[in-house]
Amino acid sequence: MAEPQPLLHMRHITKTFPGVRALNDVELVVYPGEILALLGENGAGKSTLMKALNGVFPPDSGEIVWNGQPVAIHSPHDAQALGISMIHQELALIPYLDAGKNIYLGREPRGPLPGLIDWGRLYVQAREQLQRVRLEVDPRVPVRQLPLAQQQMVEVAKALSLDARLIVMDEPTSSLTEREVETLFEQMRLLRAQGVAIIFITHRLDEIFQVADRVTVLRDGELVGSEPIAGLTEERIIRLMVGREVSAMFERPERAQTGAVVLEVEGVSSPGAIQDISFKLHRGEVLGLAGLVGAGRTELAETIFGVRPASGGTIRLDGQPVAIRRPAQAIQHGIGFVPEDRKAQGLFLRMNVGANIVMALLRQLCRWGVIQHARAEKMGSEFVERLDIRTPSLQQRVRNLSGGNQQKVVIAKWLTREPKVLILDEPTRGIDVGAKAEIHRLMHQLAGRGVGILMISSELPEVLGVSDRVLVMHEGRLAGEFDPRRATQDDIMSAATGSNPAGNGSTSREATLQ
Amino acid sequence: MTAIIQRRALAGWLRRGMVFLILLVLAIFFALTSDRFFQGGNLVNIAVQNAHVIVVATGMTLTMLLGGIDLSVGSVAALVGAISAGLIARNGLPTEVALGLGLGLGFLLGLANGALVVYGKLPPFVATLAMMGVARGLTLVYTEGRPISGLGDTYTFWGTGKFGTVPAPIVLAIVVVVLAWLLLTRTRFGLHIYAIGGGEETSRLAGVAVNRVKLLTYAISGLLAGLGGMLLAARLWSAQPQIGVGLELDAIAAAVLGGVSLFGGVGGVLGAVVGALIVGVLANGMNLLRVASYPQQVIQGIVLVLAVTVDMYTKRLENR
Ligand SMILES: Nc1ncnc2c1ncn2[C@@H]1O[C@H](COP(=O)(O)OP(=O)(O)OP(=O)(O)O)[C@@H](O)[C@H]1O
Ligand SMILES: [Mg+2]
Repeated sequence: MAEPQPLLHMRHITKTFPGVRALNDVELVVYPGEILALLGENGAGKSTLMKALNGVFPPDSGEIVWNGQPVAIHSPHDAQALGISMIHQELALIPYLDAGKNIYLGREPRGPLPGLIDWGRLYVQAREQLQRVRLEVDPRVPVRQLPLAQQQMVEVAKALSLDARLIVMDEPTSSLTEREVETLFEQMRLLRAQGVAIIFITHRLDEIFQVADRVTVLRDGELVGSEPIAGLTEERIIRLMVGREVSAMFERPERAQTGAVVLEVEGVSSPGAIQDISFKLHRGEVLGLAGLVGAGRTELAETIFGVRPASGGTIRLDGQPVAIRRPAQAIQHGIGFVPEDRKAQGLFLRMNVGANIVMALLRQLCRWGVIQHARAEKMGSEFVERLDIRTPSLQQRVRNLSGGNQQKVVIAKWLTREPKVLILDEPTRGIDVGAKAEIHRLMHQLAGRGVGILMISSELPEVLGVSDRVLVMHEGRLAGEFDPRRATQDDIMSAATGSNPAGNGSTSREATLQ
Repeated sequence: MTAIIQRRALAGWLRRGMVFLILLVLAIFFALTSDRFFQGGNLVNIAVQNAHVIVVATGMTLTMLLGGIDLSVGSVAALVGAISAGLIARNGLPTEVALGLGLGLGFLLGLANGALVVYGKLPPFVATLAMMGVARGLTLVYTEGRPISGLGDTYTFWGTGKFGTVPAPIVLAIVVVVLAWLLLTRTRFGLHIYAIGGGEETSRLAGVAVNRVKLLTYAISGLLAGLGGMLLAARLWSAQPQIGVGLELDAIAAAVLGGVSLFGGVGGVLGAVVGALIVGVLANGMNLLRVASYPQQVIQGIVLVLAVTVDMYTKRLENR
């Protein structure tokens, strides 16, 4: 078969930010009707390359050839006009607008007079687009009222509705659970059959083997190579990405035994979210918490942490009942919480890396109310090193870090406080294999020092591979407890969907609709 | 789940209805404490006296929805009022021409604000603060600090005349509000104002012509400020150089009372109208009760804070 003409050819792309060379002489080729996985560690330059393609910021040098023609793309508008649409890594929805308006923003169906919008048509079409991605939500609901996964699917619907010839998906799956991921893949395969090309960025390696035709790997802003998926193994891909051997296997050190109960939750409910939850968390234990999106896992964490009100029930720390009504009280009791939505809840985006890391510990770093900068700095660099945070300096603003590195900063912030109980909500979302292994190691290291860890994760292999014990939630209640050494992914899934272990596959819609 | 939705709907309804409720409570309070409140066309008076606030608050609502603000409205009102009056009294231009030029001037001053924000990359607060000073200064230079009178009947009709039984300023305010409401709820331009206020970068990525929308919005705010100034001059039979001092605060208060978010993206023009009426009723009622003017300001401030607190609280309920 003769080589078809590439749909897109990016050549010699170079881009520098102050202090960082994000891209160095990178080349990228995409053919019509293929799914290209674009891989690399956090900070490798994947998003930057895609933003260059989408006209968000032009490269310093290099050339973009589209359909054999050199083109200049100065804005997302230009890109759209060529037939390139993009799902950004950061959610790009306007929270107060409804789903329909978000999907058609900037290209609203015209009404009877110039300047007017045909609202009827807009919502009819929006509903169709939402159904295409199996999202049963009213297009008139403001997107901020939707759970993160559904917001992500709204973005997917938006990108698909553009009828583009090339769709860039920058980590679309990071906040989705298995079921939505399946829907997304189905759509991707359909589009591929129609000749649409897709560039797909992900850190979940198993996904690559499910959909990708070819793989292009970046490392430290340079192209490492492009290969068809056929001859590749997971190990080889990791090698290409990291440049050394890293095990993708989840490691769980065998601990002799876990310690006394540190956190005991008994009969706790929160109106409209969770009901009658009881469990114990031991010192030195990693307790996994699985479930579908909307099962109430985050809500449980928020209740323990005092973000949302608990109605009834008792929470005990080291055997003592405690009243936690505000996060500040939870923190005082030695509970740490790494939230799911790091941008909104975990970070001061405009402040620098160093300040973010020591933020939770300011009081200890102050003498007479004055921050001791030398000590703060020392602590900052220590954690940057320990978690391998890729940043040119402690002075870099957090918003300029790659997604994965931002997550490490949030975790570092809590580690400085050495909490007794650490709750991590999707701690490795959007994090590369190397860093992921690193974060798992950190969790176990903390557990080894006696910290009780509650880890919420939607990634089943992670839940099974890392935890000492697994709880599963379904519709706001606990639906089962498993020993991960013996349980399978199917066991967890059937508990999470509320079907019997024998499993007829019937699932409840309540859970995903929240 | 349905409980959550119901509570949200209730909270949302409460939030939108709150401003009407506050107006109602105030009206009842003043009706009970002063027998003149409902008498002798006092209510119509309130509307007439605050027509210019409604007009200006409408423009303020647009800039605030955008995530900006326009502090120059009071000064622009004064300048446009003075120059339109001067064009008639000093230069003998026909009234229609003077009014048209006045509107054009307001539009241009607003456009200048927009250009400072869009191209000068100044924060809206700073850009319009500068314009506030400049326009007020120009007004004083032009009028030499004295009122300009001799406006003629065609001009003053807009402040004192009637269409049938309805006073002209009220008609004018209603027309402005309805147009703005249509603009915000029916047009691409209106949707884009909300979008930019909710996420400027996101809007840009979606292909919204962010700069154009911003320029035009500030221009409209300027135009409405000018209209408000002329309306005031028409009602007072002369253009006073000091009119509109503090008008920006009334307009902001009206918008905020009406549920417009200071951070953009949320709110609407109808709320702002009721907000303006609250400000008006409060002042009127306190006058009837013979509250001296200095304490009045204190009470106004307290009411504003209370209303916004209630608003934030219900908003939180809605978001839970
Ligand atoms: N606006 C910016 N200003 C300064 N530096 C930036 C900016 N955007 C990205 N960078 C830097 O450029 C490098 C590449 O970042 P990029 O976001 O492209 O990584 P990535 O491969 O998408 O990583 P991830 O998998 O974590 O999303 C990083 O070192 C990042 O810190
Ligand atoms: Mg990225």
